[in-house]
Amino acid sequence: MTGADGDRQAERDAVLTALTGCVPYNRHLGVRFDRLGDELTARLPFREGLIGNPLLPAIHGGVTGSFLEITGVMQLAWDRVLEVMRAGGDDAAAIGAGRFPPFPKTIDITIDYLRSGRPRETFARATVQKAGRRVAHVHVEAWQESRARPIAMLRGNFLMPGEG
Amino acid sequence: MSTDDQRPGAANPPDRLMGLASETDPDGTLIEALPFSREIGMRLHRAEASVAVLSVPYDAALVGEPDSGVLHGGVITALLDTACGWSVMTTGAPIAGVATLDLRIDYMRPATVGETVYARAECYRLTRSVGFARAIAYHAETEADPVATAQGAFMLERTAKGT
Repeated sequence: MTGADGDRQAERDAVLTALTGCVPYNRHLGVRFDRLGDELTARLPFREGLIGNPLLPAIHGGVTGSFLEITGVMQLAWDRVLEVMRAGGDDAAAIGAGRFPPFPKTIDITIDYLRSGRPRETFARATVQKAGRRVAHVHVEAWQESRARPIAMLRGNFLMPGEG
Repeated sequence: MSTDDQRPGAANPPDRLMGLASETDPDGTLIEALPFSREIGMRLHRAEASVAVLSVPYDAALVGEPDSGVLHGGVITALLDTACGWSVMTTGAPIAGVATLDLRIDYMRPATVGETVYARAECYRLTRSVGFARAIAYHAETEADPVATAQGAFMLERTAKGT
């Protein structure tokens, strides 16, 4: 990795951390993102406060659902941020200063729960199936010990900001 | 208070809804036993005859849009999921617990900043293995203008006696 590329990667990691952290609910749950190229992996470290069923114990279905929705919204927001940063200019400078474009708004989501969330770290990745001008369609999968054994999946439609 | 009086909505101002909270769940113990529900301040106002009414108070820590201060959709998801599950639990069937199979949520409008969000769920069909529930999320003064609606299927964990 060249020095210049290293600086650019470090800057993008810093912008991603700032974008994630500017949403209070992301901080509340403790959601973080790892970045490899343009692919994000969301991480939700386990803590006692996320439990919904103390007897199993299992992570609250609402927490898993929230985590999937956050992953989808953040992937769309990050794609937009990358686009603006690559274009450069005033908008890119604004992002560098921590002022981000508006987030997409959820229109509808469908969540399928396949397995109960055990008391351990959960991961998720989103795939943008269609990035329309007005609406984006996104699939998200969450897993724990094995990517091939997802604990929950989400399909959702999101209204993209700033377009007619 | 008659049963009819317990239906929340435009006719019931928020203070009476809070009164219901102390009647149905005096110490908040039913919900307090669940760590995440406790963490976001969820309350159970009513759970009987296939209907459950729950709420989450506004909290700046649960905001999804930093500029507007609107609650994150995930908070509404957690509320609707829990409300639907409780409505299935109160059908009178011998159920030890429920597990969400799927949940579909439509977001009609952003929740109003600073206001408590209520969810009213109804289990409208129960089979041997599955409970089907639907719910709306709303503010106390504007039940007719919902924040979101939900529909879901819940697997039943039967008690030994009911198996």
